[in-house]
Amino acid sequence: MLSIKDLHVEVEEKQILKGINLEIKPGEVHAIMGPNGSGKSTLSSVIAGDETYEVTNGEIIFDKEDLLELDTEERAHKGVFLSFQYPVEIPGITVTNFIKTALNSCQKAKGLPNIPAAEMLKMIREKSKLLEIDQKFLSRSLNESFSGGEKKRNEIFQMMMLNPKLAVLDETDSGLDIDALKIVAKGVNTFKNNTNAIVVITHYQRLLDYIVPDFVHVIHDGKIVKSGDKELAKELEEKGYDWIK
Amino acid sequence: MNHLKEKLLSYFIAFEEQVEKKSFLHSHRLDSFAEFEKTGFPSKGDEAWKYSYPVLLKLLQNDYSIFPKELANHKLNDLKEYFLTAADSYKIVFVDGIYNPFLSHTSHQGHDICVLSSASVQNKYKDILNTYYNKLGAKQEDLIQLNTAYVRDGAYIHIPKNTVVDYPIEIINFSTGKQQNPLFIQPRNLIVVEENAQVEIIEKHHSIAPHEVLTNVVSEVFVAKGAQVNYYKLQNDLDTASLIDNTFIRQEEKSEVGVYTFSFGGNFIRNNLNFYQEGSRINSILKGVTLIEKEQHVDNYTLVHHQHPNCESHQDYKGVYFDRSTGVFNGKIKVEKEAQKTNAFQQNNNIIFTDTATINTKPQLEIFADDVKCSHGCTVGQIDKKALFYLQSRGISHKEAKAILTYAFTNNIIEELKNPFVKKKINEILAEKLGFNLQFSFH
Ligand SMILES: Nc1ncnc2c1ncn2[C@@H]1O[C@H](COP(=O)(O)OP(=O)(O)OP(=O)(O)O)[C@@H](O)[C@H]1O
Ligand SMILES: [Mg+2]
Repeated sequence: MLSIKDLHVEVEEKQILKGINLEIKPGEVHAIMGPNGSGKSTLSSVIAGDETYEVTNGEIIFDKEDLLELDTEERAHKGVFLSFQYPVEIPGITVTNFIKTALNSCQKAKGLPNIPAAEMLKMIREKSKLLEIDQKFLSRSLNESFSGGEKKRNEIFQMMMLNPKLAVLDETDSGLDIDALKIVAKGVNTFKNNTNAIVVITHYQRLLDYIVPDFVHVIHDGKIVKSGDKELAKELEEKGYDWIK
Repeated sequence: MNHLKEKLLSYFIAFEEQVEKKSFLHSHRLDSFAEFEKTGFPSKGDEAWKYSYPVLLKLLQNDYSIFPKELANHKLNDLKEYFLTAADSYKIVFVDGIYNPFLSHTSHQGHDICVLSSASVQNKYKDILNTYYNKLGAKQEDLIQLNTAYVRDGAYIHIPKNTVVDYPIEIINFSTGKQQNPLFIQPRNLIVVEENAQVEIIEKHHSIAPHEVLTNVVSEVFVAKGAQVNYYKLQNDLDTASLIDNTFIRQEEKSEVGVYTFSFGGNFIRNNLNFYQEGSRINSILKGVTLIEKEQHVDNYTLVHHQHPNCESHQDYKGVYFDRSTGVFNGKIKVEKEAQKTNAFQQNNNIIFTDTATINTKPQLEIFADDVKCSHGCTVGQIDKKALFYLQSRGISHKEAKAILTYAFTNNIIEELKNPFVKKKINEILAEKLGFNLQFSFH
């Protein structure tokens, strides 16, 4: 589904990713770990199409298509989703209107009609209920003065509504209390099936007890320095990163 | 420009022949004519016109017709589409500066919602006119003198004590484009709202066909103790139209007045908006959204004069500039020594979309009291790239994401509007200007 080869990325003439290789197949869950500043968010931003970052070498193929040739919104239409580490606050747009617009934009791009209002409401009700999101919350301005945890939960809500093929979750667990973590994990596990794939970026093994990865990768200084199964995450929890640097 | 002044002066006698000399307005006319003869138009070094003088100068080069002809009523039926609502409003309509009873819906039931030309020749209105007419305009700048000298008509609104007016009042000035020369009109509105009365007013200027028109409108608004007025100005005219709006508001204790100015179209718009607080516990609200393109120019020039203790003023203007458009915001807040415990807020935020659009924004604070809360702030920026990326990452196109963020930027002002017709109209205009799906804008 996703194939990243020798990806080099620069920002402001500084090399951040220095040759990333990653293969992801449908049905897989990949965890990416690594110290602060190692390039995890850079990788996820580049997958989503953030133009702040310049790809100087390598390729990203998604469902046989060159992802780097596509605009951000086109990637979303193809099924790429990023749960932001720092979701942007947008005063003046409600969560509901935002998600409706997003969904119908994706429909339009695929040549499909708008989702009927009743069906949309049903979806919103269903997903927000599963994530234990208060209805009142949905008529608030997008992310504006949401707590850290609320923002993350709202990202997962959007993911469930958009139902992407590839979901990259950048530190969706940070800032969540233990109950919220379980709820978010429940959402992710409900979403997960054998046709889609998930990349979870996290600092904590804790999350991986709930969202169980098939593979764990460690990024250090812009490169994947070690890959393994879920046992690797436990090892990192115990020993830190020094031994693999 | 001198040419225009000469023309105005030399035509005055001929003009006088056309208007009612027995009118109560006449003595004011003569005084102001004399005053205008002395001062003329704003001149180059005039600080108040610093950023808009070149545009004004250009406009004053036109060979205006000063006496528009009265046009036949037929074909005016299609003007109804410009009304905010077909039935649920009072309407005072002028066509090329001349009152049009056919399109209007005036009222004398428990209040007077009618026209100045007829009120000013009737004895029963004499007291009101004596007390209020030209009281705020008299000592003002040259353009007000010009208006007072050459006024032909305007709205006359008198709302007695404790009256809550059942419908909003629309004051609409159409220009037909059927006059030979460019048109220069001087509408004049007098609005008197007595104790604890409430009224909503909507003012619009509309060209039906592209034809050069310059409107120099003066509105004097008197708001007595405990009264409430919401005044909406919808400025969305053709590129051939220019507007100088001079609004003076005098408030007495415990009154609340909101003026909401939406400048979306026209060649040039200058809004001189002046609030005079004459009592305590007054609230003055000045809000506006400017969203312009091409070479359009909008200048918001506000004054809030705090003269008594425990009053508030809230100013919030948003500007969005495309292409080579230009904007000015000059907000003056004056707090007199007696006006302790004043709360005065002022905010002006702008987004510019191109390198060629410009905005000059300037707060002017003159504070002589010591126990006051005053805050002001202004920003000029571009659309937030991170926010754009966020929206696009959800599948929303670049164009639509930009439109949504622009809409969101202006949203706090629109959400606050109490009149549902105005709110709907503003949303429609914005959706059309920005090119996005309307359903989005309704929460
Ligand atoms: N827009 C940018 N401009 C300049 N430097 C950047 C930018 N984005 C990222 N960087 C730099 O690139 C490096 C990698 O950042 P990145 O956000 O990818 O790290 P991360 O692995 O996600 O870290 P964390 O665990 O703290 O979230 C850091 O040194 C960071 O300062
Ligand atoms: Mg990060």
